[in-house]
Amino acid sequence: MRRYSAFAIAREALRYHSGWGKAWRSPEPKKSYDVVIVGAGGHGLATAYYLGRNFGITNVAILEKGWLGGGNTGRNTTIIRSNYLQDPSAAIYEKARSLYETMSQDLNMNVMFSPRGVMMLAQTQHEIRGFQRTAQANAFQGVKTEFISPQRVKELVPIMNISGPRYPVLGALWQERAGTGRHDAVAWAYARACSGMGMDIIQKCEVTAVNQSNGAVTGVETTRGTIGCKKLGILVAGNSGDLARMAGFRLPMESVALQALVSEPIKPCLDVVVMANTVHGYISQSDKGEFVIGGGTDAFNNYTQRGSFHHIEETIRALIETFPMISRMKMMRQWGGIVDVTGDRSPIISTTPLGNCFINGGWGTGGFKSIPGSGWAMAELIANGQLGPLCAEFGLDRFAEGRFIDESVAAGVAH
Amino acid sequence: MLILTCPYCGVSAEETELHAGGEAHLTRHATGASDDDLQSYLFYRKNPKGVHFERWRHSNGCGKWFHAARCTMTLEVFGTYSAQTTQPPADLIKKIKQKRPDWEGWT
Repeated sequence: MRRYSAFAIAREALRYHSGWGKAWRSPEPKKSYDVVIVGAGGHGLATAYYLGRNFGITNVAILEKGWLGGGNTGRNTTIIRSNYLQDPSAAIYEKARSLYETMSQDLNMNVMFSPRGVMMLAQTQHEIRGFQRTAQANAFQGVKTEFISPQRVKELVPIMNISGPRYPVLGALWQERAGTGRHDAVAWAYARACSGMGMDIIQKCEVTAVNQSNGAVTGVETTRGTIGCKKLGILVAGNSGDLARMAGFRLPMESVALQALVSEPIKPCLDVVVMANTVHGYISQSDKGEFVIGGGTDAFNNYTQRGSFHHIEETIRALIETFPMISRMKMMRQWGGIVDVTGDRSPIISTTPLGNCFINGGWGTGGFKSIPGSGWAMAELIANGQLGPLCAEFGLDRFAEGRFIDESVAAGVAH
Repeated sequence: MLILTCPYCGVSAEETELHAGGEAHLTRHATGASDDDLQSYLFYRKNPKGVHFERWRHSNGCGKWFHAARCTMTLEVFGTYSAQTTQPPADLIKKIKQKRPDWEGWT
């Protein structure tokens, strides 16, 4: 793997950029691997990377039915934050955020992590109390957040109308070191690093069956033949239920559509991420100048990667009240992704009824921000066969035991 | 936009007039149930890629709960029916079988 550097740019400039080469190899699948990861999105690639980096396991294949990073990794609003109320969530999301901070250096690829600050607006009395409580919890968890006044909100975001008629801004939970990243680059950077360690990334290879014998996985049937494995990791977001069905177990999950949209590009005027959970909308401005906007999920089961128009309407209606200047902007693109939502709206990183099969999913609407932390914990689980400290609370057994990680009060929509 | 016909009042209602209520025909395990049955009823769902039987409420209309059969891959609605039943009507199952010969059937 050729290192990216200023020197490399200069060298390539002198020879018409002919020497860059491919960022990752696209090999034919081997007969078998120590570990097969299903899903080459952010979570799958991060898991593979930390398996190699932290545990020296490099005989790994990452299978992808479409193209690398083409699922929810390419369909999110790129927000990275860790201001969670409950300890287990704060720990794993903060791990992820801290890994994002150094990711460009660690993986030698610019993932454009931009710690511009994330602001979650309090627009009801209930939210003020909720966010003050979260800020207090974050202080104990070592996550730096603060509850700020409406005046401070206005200073940070001059284009915001803080005295709207329906939901005036009463304060905000402010995480200064949160922000955004370049979502595709995160997948590409992990893929390049994995390929550099000798792992095989196999695209256009859909898993069609999970082969088993004596309660253990022996391999997977794919559209590119049978691939054997000693351990199997399933990281397929919205398709978790489908993979689990192939493997013969059920999950406490439902798949629904989550949408996002992007406006025409304008001059820079919003340099933080603003989330408004009461009115279901969040917004940030990309480096290209587009407003990146997201809202709530549809309520019904859906695998179509498109959502209902009325959700876009509701999101835009809410944001226009808070940001009157966007009322005449044109929206350029809209898309949907399929997210897997669990009973307590918190993720699952778990062993399964099959001894050597592990599942990571249920990130719902909060998948992108968790990629490095999720991969770190999942690699630990696959390598050791048991839940490490970072994901000890995220096992499937919590649904039988009633030991939920109840974030929904703190995070509502954009959790 | 998803349009479902309410089997009670006969109105073709748009999605905004309705409230989605999740998987239909769950066995409602309660007091005395085993941990497995209770967690299965509360949290575990079929979540199929394909034919899904689900509950809807005509919330901005007659207010009644009803059932619908819908494909989660195409959003095609096969039909709606009364909620006063523990399984989908036989003629609806037959209709879906005709349209989707590969469908594993309702269980």
